[in-house]
Amino acid sequence: MNIVEWLPFSVLVPLIAAPVCALLPGRVLPWLLAFLSALAALLITAIALPVLWQGEVSYPFGNWPPPIGIEYRIDAANGMVALLVAAIAAFVLPWARIINNQEVPERQGIFYALFLMAFAGLMGITLTGDVFNVFVFLEISSLSTYALIAHGWDRRALLASFRYLIMGTVGATFLLIGIGFLYMMTGTLNMADLAERLPEVRDTTAVRAALAFIIVGLGLKLALFPLHLWLPNAYAYAPNFISTFIAATATKVALYVMLRFVFTVFAPDYSFVALPLSAVLMALGIAGMFAGSWVAMFQDNLKRMLAYSSVAQIGYMVLAISMVTSLGVAAGLLHLFNHALMKAALFMALGTVFYQTGSVQIHRLRGIGRQMPWTMTAFALAGLSLIGVPLTAGFISKWYLILAALQADLAWLIPLILITSLMAIYYIWRVVEAAWFLEPPDHSEPVSEAPAALLIPLWVMVALNFYFGIDTRLTVGAAEAAARALTGVAP
Amino acid sequence: MDWLGHINYWAVVILMMIGFYTVIARGNMVKKIMGLNLFQTSVFIMFISAGKIIGGSTPVLREGITVYSNPLPHVLILTAIVVGVATTAVGLALAVRIREAYGTIEDDELLDPMDQTPDHSRPGDHAGKGDGSA
Repeated sequence: MNIVEWLPFSVLVPLIAAPVCALLPGRVLPWLLAFLSALAALLITAIALPVLWQGEVSYPFGNWPPPIGIEYRIDAANGMVALLVAAIAAFVLPWARIINNQEVPERQGIFYALFLMAFAGLMGITLTGDVFNVFVFLEISSLSTYALIAHGWDRRALLASFRYLIMGTVGATFLLIGIGFLYMMTGTLNMADLAERLPEVRDTTAVRAALAFIIVGLGLKLALFPLHLWLPNAYAYAPNFISTFIAATATKVALYVMLRFVFTVFAPDYSFVALPLSAVLMALGIAGMFAGSWVAMFQDNLKRMLAYSSVAQIGYMVLAISMVTSLGVAAGLLHLFNHALMKAALFMALGTVFYQTGSVQIHRLRGIGRQMPWTMTAFALAGLSLIGVPLTAGFISKWYLILAALQADLAWLIPLILITSLMAIYYIWRVVEAAWFLEPPDHSEPVSEAPAALLIPLWVMVALNFYFGIDTRLTVGAAEAAARALTGVAP
Repeated sequence: MDWLGHINYWAVVILMMIGFYTVIARGNMVKKIMGLNLFQTSVFIMFISAGKIIGGSTPVLREGITVYSNPLPHVLILTAIVVGVATTAVGLALAVRIREAYGTIEDDELLDPMDQTPDHSRPGDHAGKGDGSA
């Protein structure tokens, strides 16, 4: 059997495992099932990726030929995003077992079942070639994410979750309106079929409205500034495992869907002409970079700081895409991949600190670097990647972003990228300063280093940040193949 | 322009705006969810209206019938209704939990709860929370 025919199983395995997981008793079995599902999805996507670099593959569900049936159409772009989602799940879960025993002590079966549904939803959004299927999977993953965020131990998690639910549902419904307009105009829901039929009706208000609704709807989901208001609180008050997972995957998948719509379904010669999309995305990307970094500099809750930093990093990705060049798209996808690695490492480090100290407030973490040296060194090293220091993954993303800006004759973007990187230095430095150079607060209990079961997965994630900063064959190769698949031009 | 012929779409626009306004303007969380429901329902009506073909019969294969209504939007909306019900259920469950934790579901009475007040010391240390799941 061809490996390509196994690809749908990277969605089906977690989806089928979820209800089983909900019934499992205790703490070990649900975790083990979730981990094995994530591992299976990772293996399938990793083995399939080289095949996808050669060209796209199609899998008709239930053997109904597209465009009548639902089709999974997988090329280098969604192959890469699917690999990222599966890899993050598989690498974070070994760390999460102990963390969840402390933060979500009861009914872990349900908790891991929700996680598996969110995971399956994200994989489904990525792999499907049917626009209505995108909506359904988006809602599967979003609904389970709302419930997961509400598991946070602080009562503010409930409010964060509720606000995310309101904004997320409005976003998804906007997407549904856009899909409705597309269906009315073309009579099809298959992405490839839509791309063929749309040129005949492209000069109508309905298609323009569809594009606008889809962009705004997905903008809400991917936390495009100024539609990011749900994000900081959702990341800050969710359980640490969930913060790590959704910070590394959920917004990335929404960004991929936007790329898919803008480049494949509508084609760039329409979407960037019918609406001033390039200018709007560039302006919002830059605004997000500055606003996110600025607010991050003054956060006392470090998880909120990382969340605002995510808004800024999404700004970089959107900025890269707004150049509408193949290299720009490659830079955006590269940063999508690398940012997932660095944010996962940073959130894992904070989660480990929280496990030992019960706080992520900066004033309570004074002197923590001397008490938990391994954890805080990991945080600082992942922070270097976020800043973009050479030999880290973050440097590779920024390097390609600057190359893309130069190639697109947008050299004035380079100072802006550098200034926001300096702001990143500031907010990472604040933590380093507090952790190593300030005295611990008075009458604070001494804190010991975290157990090795937490440190090893954390350091694996940090090592990945450095590995992909030195050996870029996989990341750059995948990003270039993905950009070629989306834009049709080699970068 | 045939204004009356597009009456479904006028209903869609009016319902959508009422729903969206309710979501934005109302502080009560249950009312927000009702607004969200209206908003979603208007989109459902839009899809269903698009499936109607004037003079078309029910989409069942029969002798002598050549024009059928398009059944696909109905199927899509059946799925979307399920999604909407699930969203409402999760939203209302959260509202119940928020009431347990804060004693109110009015946004105005929550006194800027997302401010930067220090977090509680350890999970499970504070009494404001329910049983640990939504």
